[in-house]
Amino acid sequence: MLNNNKLLLLASAGALAFAATSVAQASTLEETRDRGAVQCGVSDGLPGFSAPDDAGEWQGLDVDVCRAVAAAVFGDSEAVRYVSLNAVERFTALQSGEVDVLSRNTTWTTTRDTTLGLNFTGVTFYDGIGFMIHRDMGITSAKELDGAAICVQSGTTTELNVADYFRANDMEFDPIVFDTSEQTVGGYDAGRCDVLTSDTSQLAALRIQLAEPDASMILPEIISKEPLGPVVRQGDDQWLNIVKWSLFAMLNAEEMGITQDNVDEMLESEDPDIARLLGQDGNYGEGMGLSADWAYNIIKQVGNYGESFDRNVGMGSPLEIERGINALWTEGGIQYAPPIR
Amino acid sequence: MTHNDKMIEARPAPIRTVGPLAWLRANLFSGPVNTVFTLVGLYLLYVLLTPTIQWAFINADWIGTSRDDCSREGACWVFVNARLTQFIYGLYPRDELWRVNLVFASFAVLIAWLAIPRLPFKRWVAIATLLAFPVFAYVMLYGGHFGLPLVETHRWGGLMLTLILAVVGMVAALPIGILLALGRRSQMPIVKSFCVVFIEFWRGVPLITILFMASVMLPLFLPTGVSVDRLVRALIGITLFQSAYMAEVIRGGLQAIPRGQEEAAAALGMSYWMRMGLIVLPQALKMMIPGIVNTFISLFKDTTLVMIIGLFDLLGIVQAALSDSRWLGFALEGYVFAAFMFWIFCFSMSRYSQYLERKLHTGHQR
Repeated sequence: MLNNNKLLLLASAGALAFAATSVAQASTLEETRDRGAVQCGVSDGLPGFSAPDDAGEWQGLDVDVCRAVAAAVFGDSEAVRYVSLNAVERFTALQSGEVDVLSRNTTWTTTRDTTLGLNFTGVTFYDGIGFMIHRDMGITSAKELDGAAICVQSGTTTELNVADYFRANDMEFDPIVFDTSEQTVGGYDAGRCDVLTSDTSQLAALRIQLAEPDASMILPEIISKEPLGPVVRQGDDQWLNIVKWSLFAMLNAEEMGITQDNVDEMLESEDPDIARLLGQDGNYGEGMGLSADWAYNIIKQVGNYGESFDRNVGMGSPLEIERGINALWTEGGIQYAPPIR
Repeated sequence: MTHNDKMIEARPAPIRTVGPLAWLRANLFSGPVNTVFTLVGLYLLYVLLTPTIQWAFINADWIGTSRDDCSREGACWVFVNARLTQFIYGLYPRDELWRVNLVFASFAVLIAWLAIPRLPFKRWVAIATLLAFPVFAYVMLYGGHFGLPLVETHRWGGLMLTLILAVVGMVAALPIGILLALGRRSQMPIVKSFCVVFIEFWRGVPLITILFMASVMLPLFLPTGVSVDRLVRALIGITLFQSAYMAEVIRGGLQAIPRGQEEAAAALGMSYWMRMGLIVLPQALKMMIPGIVNTFISLFKDTTLVMIIGLFDLLGIVQAALSDSRWLGFALEGYVFAAFMFWIFCFSMSRYSQYLERKLHTGHQR
């Protein structure tokens, strides 16, 4: 969900000169400790990534990043102050110190990483633009979509990327543009178009809203790179490390088979990798200003990456998104975390 | 010669001139053209209402806890039901809801006291409402004192937030608006130009821009460590914007009062504030009720714009709920609910203003 808003970039870059001079001298970790809560920027509602549940608690893959950081810093995953941000104000909120971590479905691009005074800390979800079609079209690949009418939401990079893809493959298409995602779904449902296109993470959410979800399928092709990840302010490497390694800890835990349920048994494990991760052998949190059980707290309270993925967007959730390239490198995906040692 | 001294008994009017049938004939079927219009109107009503009622009531699902309890043939009110607490209180902690209830209950009592003519001590209640109540509401809602846990404003939301924004906006904008309107009519050049510039500036900028500036640009201009709560920023923005509008409504009323009134008061030796407070404003405000209520209603609806700065007002929290992956696809139900809530509040404001107009009707209407 990348809004094509050049004006914003200019404004943010201009405002940055201001923000850069006023970056806090006290470290983010100290400020966070004094405050007693991690200030975390999330969306104003994005299925599977951040949305309040029936009880009014934030849930989602992006939200779990906030909770993991809080667990690492405080040993309490509930010590988070959620600030809901829209796509336009998210970077300003981070620059001005209103939030300390921005975990809001943000695509990692050169411009954002290098000109806004921000740093991306990793990739929580490898997203990309995909296509959903009516099953009875009998098509199995995006290469067969020549001449199709495509429903797309206006003002997103999706529109441009789809045009690029069709030009590159020498195919024609007929774009049918809608303003909101609800209208887009409505248009597709009413048969205004054969194909609905959006980020794959959103396609799953759109599919549920159809009158007959089972009559539609998502094609395997992904035509753009949209790596989504948490963002922090530039200039505080300690905080950058904390956010980065909170995610790595979750990935390593999945790779070693440590889950929320078995983490207490795993404390007894003889495996040196596991002992190091859980703080039984050496103190790897020290370098970040954290306690030795930082990773244990994350796994115990939030779970490993696979559990979080499954609970929020994967098969354990209504979205039922396949792991795909988001699987661990050992299982055919590209999620890979450096070792803890 | 005989004569009849009995009165002829009164007979009912002919059946053709009274009763529902006659009413129908006079109002709906008084001629071929009107008959056609009536029939077409009835048909349109039938075409529109039947599916609506089918959807909203007959085929609707009312009981349940999850989306599986909804048949999807009609409205799924289960969704609204499951989210009702959230729609009303936002993300306010569930254990602390009594605080919000207490604040709104006491506010309702105070307002009712002021609105019902027979009750005594109006002046004291009004002072309590304007001065003591805001402090009480702040302490109760925000907490942090007297052993009440702190509830930060980012957890406030739903109908509660909408009402807070609207009430604060209305209560603060009216006095500021009166002062601005008086200032704009003043003979003093500095006061006058300040008021003109203020009004024209705030009235010339869309509310959405003001909110956006307050939320996106303002934090960058403040020194590090100084941060103004986003709700406070929104409240200040809404109040300034609304007082500019209010000032112009009130100025219209002031202009309708004949100059002789003020001159007569001056001849009695009254000071400026006495002339305004006792002679001009009471007459002017009475005439401006429709205009003021109009501004209030539009303010009430404008509060939804705070959605763009990440505050969850009633509409915002409904939209956030729509993106919960367990409840995808119930947008219509959510929006219908939000619309209904807004309608209830706007309609009651409108009815109360009509009542006030009748009550204060002292001959200025023709």
